[in-house]
Amino acid sequence: MPDRRRETKSKYTADRNIPGAFEGETVTRRRFMNLAANGAGAVAVAAFTLPALGFAIAPIFKRQEWEWQAVGRPVDFPANTYMTKVINITPGIGEAGNTIAYIRARDPKIDTEPEDQYNHFVALSSRCMHLGCPVRYVSAAERFICPCHGGVYDFRGMVAGGPPVRPLDRFYTRLNQETGLVEIGPRYSVNNELVRFSPRFPGEPVDGIGQYLYPAQFDTAGKP
Amino acid sequence: MPKLPAPPLPKALQPKPKRPGDDNGKTDYPLPVEAGVSVVDWLDERTALSPGLRWLMWRKVPRGINWAYTLGSATLFAFLSQAVTGVFLAMYYRPDAASGAYESIRNINDNVFLGQFVHGMHKWGASVMIILIFLHMGRVFLYGAYKYPRELTWVIGVVLVILTLAMGFTGYLLPFDQRAYWASVVGININAGGPFIGPFLSNFLLGGADFGATTLSRFYAIHMLLIPGLMAALIGFHLYLVTKLGISAPPWLKPEPDDPDIPPAEAEV
Repeated sequence: MPDRRRETKSKYTADRNIPGAFEGETVTRRRFMNLAANGAGAVAVAAFTLPALGFAIAPIFKRQEWEWQAVGRPVDFPANTYMTKVINITPGIGEAGNTIAYIRARDPKIDTEPEDQYNHFVALSSRCMHLGCPVRYVSAAERFICPCHGGVYDFRGMVAGGPPVRPLDRFYTRLNQETGLVEIGPRYSVNNELVRFSPRFPGEPVDGIGQYLYPAQFDTAGKP
Repeated sequence: MPKLPAPPLPKALQPKPKRPGDDNGKTDYPLPVEAGVSVVDWLDERTALSPGLRWLMWRKVPRGINWAYTLGSATLFAFLSQAVTGVFLAMYYRPDAASGAYESIRNINDNVFLGQFVHGMHKWGASVMIILIFLHMGRVFLYGAYKYPRELTWVIGVVLVILTLAMGFTGYLLPFDQRAYWASVVGININAGGPFIGPFLSNFLLGGADFGATTLSRFYAIHMLLIPGLMAALIGFHLYLVTKLGISAPPWLKPEPDDPDIPPAEAEV
């Protein structure tokens, strides 16, 4: 039902007794000028804010680049303890771009996750899954221990105590058949069943609802 | 709209009535002591700033105010101190993660004349500002000064608190030593814990998936350009509202109807 309380006005400016109205005109020249000037201003502002904004947020959408990094011969990595290797995950910023990978050979007795070409060697990231401090492998206890808030991981990198929300992140590894060297690829996250997920930030569980609350990012390195 | 009378000039600045016999020393040429007055008059004739200045500086304040009412000004001066020392630290600082950031801070502390002092003022002044802004907030809260008609002043103040904390967070990374690096990593990861948009915000802060070559310059730009500009604008608006709305009386002060200093109600506009 139309609103009859309001007096309906003609859409023609001539019928509304606006001075200087043209025949059949619905928008006065003054109003058109106002809209045009404000619109031109808005276009001019958008012309520099939108590119600047895109420039600032572009890294969110740029996929991280990576390359295989050789870390040693297969005999260097026993199955019963971890070797510490420094690898570079961010080139161009010196020491700050380096991180530690804890590497050992796969042990079928304890590594129950399905074997494929990328996990003949188990490479754990040193990044604690609570808030990202670097964990340290204590060989006497066969545990990874985080100095910041007391996160503890067992020999396989599964959470053994403290605040971490998921097992330690891992790196894809492969044995390069040409050089005979063990190589390390991009990082991936795992849930408590060691199912692979694309890399997530520390503190983000990927079990159950966590994998939907913390979706995969556009800029993390892809599968090898 | 009726025009309100300008607030009165303080006694010291009001023109003095002439004394009898003063005309004897009258000169036709300007005296050197009048040069300052002439300059101010010249400026004022062209800008008409003096009514605004008088409006800002010589306001009536309620009786019963105390030292707690100075916490806002104290926070303002902490901000000004951070701005000035920050601008001069920027002359020596290099936001280069590969090599330069940490070394340039070392250079400021060890070699530059008064460098350690200015750096120290900026570093400790940051904590001072955060303490003062929370004391100011507590004063406003406990005195009920956020109530009508000052709600917008309070809301802007809360935004300023958040921006101040963001300044503390982004500034903490800049010395680029071990503590700065790991504190920022932890802070960014805490931020990533927010569902859905947390990871994207952290990626924006990092400028990529990991701490990278542009993370430090990003923090630097946010710390010295983006947030200070926003804060300066908001502080200006905050102060405008404080001046416009006046300072609230302490909550324990009851209106006294017989007080000759309080004008009758109909005189209020």
